[in-house]
Amino acid sequence: MKWRFLTTALATGLAIIATSVGQLTSSPAAADFPNDSKTIAHVLNRIGFGPRPGEVEKVRAMGLQAYIEQQLHPERMADSAMDARLAGLTTVGLSSREIAEQFEQPLMEAQRQRQQQQGSNAPPPQPQMPDPVMQRANTVLIELGEQKMLRAVYSERQLQEVLADFWFNHFNVDARKGRVRFMLTEYEREAIRPHVLGTFRDLLEATAKSPAMLFYLDNWLSADPNAARRDEPRPLFRRDRFGRSVMVPGLPRTIPQQGPNQPRGLNENYARELMELHTLGVDGGYTQKDVTEVARVFTGWTIQQPRQGGSSMFDPRIHDPREKVVLGHKIKAGGGEGDGEQVLDILAKHPSTARFIAMKLARRFVSDTPPASLVDRAAKRFRETDGDLREVTRTILTSPEFLSPDAYRAKVKTPLEFVVSAVRVTGTGVPIARALVGAMQQLGMPLYQCQPPTGYKDTADGWVNTGALVGRMNFAVQLAGNGLGRGPGGGRRGLGGPQGIGGGQGFGGGRGRQSQTIGDQTPVTSEAVSQAINTILAGDVSETTRATIAKATTAPQMTALLLGSPEFQRR
Amino acid sequence: MITRRVFVKNGGFALVSLGFAPSFLTRTAFAQGRSTRAKRLVAIFQRGAVDGLNMIVPFAENEYYRARPSIAIPKPGAGENAAVDLNGFFGLNPRLQPLKAFWDARQLAIVHACGSPDSTRSHFDAQDYMESATPGVKSTDDGWLNRYLQARRSGDAAKAATPFRAVALTQQLPRALQGRASALAINQLGQFGIRAGQSSEAIGASFEEQFAAAADQVLNATGREAFGAMRMLKGVDPSQYQPANGADYPRTPFGQALQQIAQLAKADVGLEIAFADLGGWDTHVNQGGAQGQLANRLDDFARGIAALATDLGDGLEDTVILTMSEFGRAVNENGNRGTDHGHGNAMIAIGGGVRGGHVYGKWPGLAVEQRYERRDLAVTTDFRDVFGEIVVRHLGVADAKPIFPGYSISPSKFPGLFA
Repeated sequence: MKWRFLTTALATGLAIIATSVGQLTSSPAAADFPNDSKTIAHVLNRIGFGPRPGEVEKVRAMGLQAYIEQQLHPERMADSAMDARLAGLTTVGLSSREIAEQFEQPLMEAQRQRQQQQGSNAPPPQPQMPDPVMQRANTVLIELGEQKMLRAVYSERQLQEVLADFWFNHFNVDARKGRVRFMLTEYEREAIRPHVLGTFRDLLEATAKSPAMLFYLDNWLSADPNAARRDEPRPLFRRDRFGRSVMVPGLPRTIPQQGPNQPRGLNENYARELMELHTLGVDGGYTQKDVTEVARVFTGWTIQQPRQGGSSMFDPRIHDPREKVVLGHKIKAGGGEGDGEQVLDILAKHPSTARFIAMKLARRFVSDTPPASLVDRAAKRFRETDGDLREVTRTILTSPEFLSPDAYRAKVKTPLEFVVSAVRVTGTGVPIARALVGAMQQLGMPLYQCQPPTGYKDTADGWVNTGALVGRMNFAVQLAGNGLGRGPGGGRRGLGGPQGIGGGQGFGGGRGRQSQTIGDQTPVTSEAVSQAINTILAGDVSETTRATIAKATTAPQMTALLLGSPEFQRR
Repeated sequence: MITRRVFVKNGGFALVSLGFAPSFLTRTAFAQGRSTRAKRLVAIFQRGAVDGLNMIVPFAENEYYRARPSIAIPKPGAGENAAVDLNGFFGLNPRLQPLKAFWDARQLAIVHACGSPDSTRSHFDAQDYMESATPGVKSTDDGWLNRYLQARRSGDAAKAATPFRAVALTQQLPRALQGRASALAINQLGQFGIRAGQSSEAIGASFEEQFAAAADQVLNATGREAFGAMRMLKGVDPSQYQPANGADYPRTPFGQALQQIAQLAKADVGLEIAFADLGGWDTHVNQGGAQGQLANRLDDFARGIAALATDLGDGLEDTVILTMSEFGRAVNENGNRGTDHGHGNAMIAIGGGVRGGHVYGKWPGLAVEQRYERRDLAVTTDFRDVFGEIVVRHLGVADAKPIFPGYSISPSKFPGLFA
């Protein structure tokens, strides 16, 4: 049930007019689109996860501007090979309910049985051999990770993949919190992905109503403290808008209960993060009073049958029906689920939200400290278009700031960007996507397992540390030496395996030479050196880096030294 | 902006291994601190909420036995499964016996009924709050131990000069150590290096050249640190390490993590903060008493810590080992002979400077009306006052304010662990 007001409709109408005007004024003249390799590689590193072999030339042929426009419309691009690559991942298309039935419930049953067997007189529990039920349950999360890595490596819709990562991280949930891990697959597929180039309001609502978010930020347990008194009798009735008492259909017999976490009152967790992290930003102009009021607004936004996978529902019995005031807006008493819709409207339209989202997108695409001029324009575009994310993204990607020398290699790659760009630029095949999921774990960015709701950092300080650098260099060595697992070398595991020597595919001069190891003494030609530097780093490396590459004795060494170089840590 | 770090000025490193104390490094790192030897904190996180009431047992409380008919630890004197008397009121779980010697030597203290002012019973949130040391505030960027490193760095530049200043023997850098200051997460000391088979040397040398020449100052500085650390760890073989004083580490991941901490501490590489964790404390079902699930975890825990404290020998004088867990467990056992999530808990502090042999904090009692929300051990000591006291009185930070944002650190609230 959506609450729209006359003013909303009016504002939307104005925004549509503004949109069309905006499109006229913000077209190509906003930026020149050069066609040198460096700039094209820069764009490929920002819009996507870096160039694949030959891609710079492909983009040069079609023109940078056309490429950017194409990426802004992933729905117009064929990507059929992607579907085939994902075909083996049987869980990525399942609903949370199906996942609960097939994976979570067997796990819970097994745990219950095991715990019952462990009487206090029983001998100390031996470390379990890999537990098949547990392993099966872990499959869900691993396959989701494999899906993410495969899409990032192979999808033609690179911008869509970057944005899916960006927006998931913006609306972060952590697989390690309770049953979130069984809700994630559906969350990413249905709450995040469809909206990354849609409207912010839709994206916000999709996350607000997702069981994953309701669970992760505890809103499903948040209840009006006075609700208990209204909780009888059953069956349930509530007043309809004419004041008549009507039975509420389809409600479970009991309100959600979970031992010590049974709802006994208000939980402000979601309300606070909704404003601080999802919309207004921490300095966006809300008070503790607003947090409490928003928490009251969202009481009743809960999960039906959480143990069966759960679907979101509005439960009027635990909703606080009284009047609230949020950011100066009065929310009338008795609004029910509409209270929350109204607050999502207020937040999505708030100028602080426009600014906060513009800032975060500019930080992702341009630099850790993006120029204020660009943030201002992107925020303005957000307001003009009622939060049309395609337009806001376009504003940034076609801006002079995006292509300016100041932005060139201004960002340190996250482990995700580092791993995927390395796999892409070397044209490495990915027979075992699980190796990439494992690499993410080793590099300190385990997929879907970022604990705080702030998500992973998008700035250099989160990712530059000694351990991380050593991890990256070793990844480079392993990737160059082994590829990613079952290569022609005879089934040796690549990443995650013991040492970086094996029969994978090298790069450059050594391409296709199956017996190559990173340690052998095959000479490397100067042509191969140039080619490798051109392909991996668009020809732009320091003299020292060039010299170290020239000293390499094998093609895999050369590749490893380029992928682990300081230059490749940036995008 | 990233604060630039300097790794032993001019990067002059000889080949050293951890078997020896690299004296030149010691000189560099502590050049300014002639008067004070470096103080050290080993933080140990019991993830999953240990049952503090069965760890440090209030055996003099009749209510304890009423609330826990099947899992209570018997009063001292009732055989080998009975509590080990500390002071006539509290006793150790018998599986903590290895720690008793440190209590007797007045090197071990306990803070009971300690915890967070936040009411959450979510492991996830409570760990986050404890590690950020900002209960109720989730947006805090960094962890409290990292803020300690930041606070110390500005005042004492030489202290920043080692990559081993803060090391977590964990796969991921824990939340407590995340932040602007440099901190290492190393799961296995022996594996911190470039692993390229026979060409490891050559590849490593080339990478080192690249990073040393990088105009990119952030990567340049971090690269120097990384290669410095690698050099120092070269040839480290934890399996060859000989613990001192007959210390016997359990052959468990936790025991091995603590052994590596001892190895780093003794190598004099400037270790100030070490971190290790261990899980398995979430005992909702069949928790057991002096035997069983919890007891087995406590066994690993106590033998590991006792081995570390023994192994450090004189080094314990400058060290505090502090244990923590996100919250305690409900006073009453539940219907599955386990315990549900609770509130107040116990922390253990061991060290030369600790005024040991004492249980600190005001004991709130276990009667229903004395409990938090009528079910859990109430919190009478904010965990930040324990952290704060260690930061101020042990680690010697004059102004702890930036380390505990939103909280007023005041000696009047300190439990009194240090003189």
